[in-house]
Formats: sequence, C-alpha cells, structure tokens
Amino acid sequence: MKKILVLAMVAVVVLAGSLAAAQTAQPKVGDKLFDLTLPVPGERADRNYLGISGWGKTFKVADIKANLVLIEILSMYCPFCQKDAPLVNQLYEAIEKDPAAKGRIKIIGIGAGNSTYETEVFRKRYNVPFPVFPDPDYDIHKKCGEVRTPFFIAVRLNANGTQDVTYAKLGGFGEIPAFLASLKKSAGL
Amino acid sequence: MTKKSTFITIALFLALVTPAWAQTHSEAYKDNIYVTGDLKPVDSVLKVKVGDMAPDFLLPSIAGQKVTLSQYRGKKNVVLSFVPAAWTPVCSDQWPGYNIVKGLFDKSDAVLLGITVDNIPTLYAWTNQMGQLWFPVLSDFYPHGKVAETYGVLRSDGTSERALFVIDKKGVIRYIDVHDINKRPSLESLIRELEKLK
Repeated sequence: MKKILVLAMVAVVVLAGSLAAAQTAQPKVGDKLFDLTLPVPGERADRNYLGISGWGKTFKVADIKANLVLIEILSMYCPFCQKDAPLVNQLYEAIEKDPAAKGRIKIIGIGAGNSTYETEVFRKRYNVPFPVFPDPDYDIHKKCGEVRTPFFIAVRLNANGTQDVTYAKLGGFGEIPAFLASLKKSAGL
Repeated sequence: MTKKSTFITIALFLALVTPAWAQTHSEAYKDNIYVTGDLKPVDSVLKVKVGDMAPDFLLPSIAGQKVTLSQYRGKKNVVLSFVPAAWTPVCSDQWPGYNIVKGLFDKSDAVLLGITVDNIPTLYAWTNQMGQLWFPVLSDFYPHGKVAETYGVLRSDGTSERALFVIDKKGVIRYIDVHDINKRPSLESLIRELEKLK
C-alpha cells in the first residue's frame, strides 16, 4: 500500500514538474504558443484591428484575423519599453503601409503586472496604435517564463488552430525594414 | 526506508508545485537587480496619520540640491514616495512608471519627491538606468533613515517601507499608503487621491 502511495506521488511529482516546466519556460522558435486568452477590447477600433467580434468576454490568439501576430511583453514601468515604444509604433506604421503585410501581420502588447488603467496610461503617453492588454496578476507573464521586458514573440497562426513561435527575443528588434521582411517571410507573405 | 522515500517524495512534490515568486524586471537593469525574495509586508509602525501636519525635513538630492518639504508650502501639493532600496525588485519599476505621468501630477498641481535610505552615489547610478527623471530623488542616508524614522516607515533592517504620503499645500497629510513591500502600489489609487486635492 505504501509502495503504491509513493509511486503515485512520484507520478504526480513528474507530471507537476513537466507542467511547471511547460508553463514557465521562455518561448523559443519552433515552440507552440502557450495558451493565451485575452479580454475582448472595449474599443471598437481595437476589435476591428484584430478582426474579432464584440461578442463574448475573451478571445484567443487563434481568433485574430492575421497570418502572424507579434506579441510584445512590456510594462508601463519598464524604461526600455518606454524608450522603444516609438520604434514599435514605427513598425506598426511600416506594416500598415505595406500592402502585403497590412491586415496579415498584427501587433498586440501585454502589460505584465499592469492594470487596465496602467496599460491605458502607456498607450496614451506613447500614442500606441495597437491593443495593449492588462496582465495585472502576471498570469500571462508566468506562462512565458517571466521574461524580461520588452520581449517580442512572433507567432504564425496555422490553419489547424495552432500557433508556431517564429521569433522570440528580448529587447529591440533592430532595423525595421529587415525585421518586417523576416516577419513577412515567417507569415508566408 | 519507505518513510524516508515518502518524505523525499513529499519534499520534491512541494518544491516542484510551489510557484516561483513573480516579478517583472526591465531589461534596463539586466542582471543588476538583487533578488530579495518575499519580505515581511510591513515592518514598522506609523508615527503620523492623515490630518497631521507633515514633519518637515531637509535632504540632499542627486542633483546636488538641498530640498525641504516646507519649500512647497502654499505652492504645490507633494507626494512623498519612499521606496525600500536601490537595485531591488519592485522599487526599480515604480519610479519609471511615475516618470511617464508627470502630466497627471501637474493636473493636480503636485510634485513628487522620491526618497530612499541609500547614499547619493548609489541613487545616482541606479536612477540613471531609469532615464531622465522629472522629479527630485532624495537621499535619507545620513543620519541613516532619519526622515523615514520620523514618519514611522523605517524597517528594522534599515530600509524603508514602500510608502506614499500625499501632502496638501497647507502641509497637511491627506493620504497614507504603507504598501506591502513586495508589491507595487496602484497608480490609479494614487492619482485618484491627487484628484481629490483639486
């Protein structure tokens, strides 16, 4: 009986260890994206940009109408996120001006440890044109291995509903034309 | 042997399923943040209360000035932001956030004074990582933590609490938040308190 108990606990330990590793590992190229559920934005412009309906309270990344989504893990309290905000805005503009990329590559931000109020402060301060979602309890931040900020994750949305990580890197993404070209290639454009 | 195995298994189980302490670090600080782990949320007893006149002080700033609280009397509302120590988690996030909301402080005719018990060179190096701060950063280093002690926010290990005091133009304390040292105070709550001063 005791042996069975010990074996059962070992099994639970192994399972829990695997789950913990899966939930806390930093995303890397080739991974499937962790389960990412987000609140439906209140602003119609944000919903239109993402191509999601106003019905329901949450949506998944797979619901976004795009070939590829670039996720920026940021914080309004992070000096580098503040410094890079204009560059990310420029990337957004470059995507919107590129006929092949527009509507097929989209950007979202996740405010690690930020409330809705705080993500809105960040958006207003830097005129951020893409949606930034609050993550006040670090739930999403934990799922992506508690990365430092800003951290960029590009995910290709597959027809079967899965998402492949095609880019995962801490810090700046370099020159915009080259980065956009690599995003387009990953998106199959 | 079975008991030993069971003990080891339980220990492993607890180690693996206990969540890691969550914190955000900006890449701005790279590996230079000293991880403190979870600390006792509050480790001091306030010596002032809402409605009291805020004790005056004179502290050196990293800009080389001497700053007193009374210099703002009749001119500006004042927010004192005590943070525990330079190069620690949470503290390193808090002021950069305040640094992008100067407009919200201006709307309430308020200034922010950041205070720690660190010395000037340490504060200078640390705050340089935050970009150009718009508010004075003051050193309560010597006599060590005298201002924090006066307000009742000096912890037993010589650091200060993570505490906010809102002081109106008459020098009266209007709001106190001695926050759990492990967590960042809500920006929204602070701004709401400032808006009440209009």
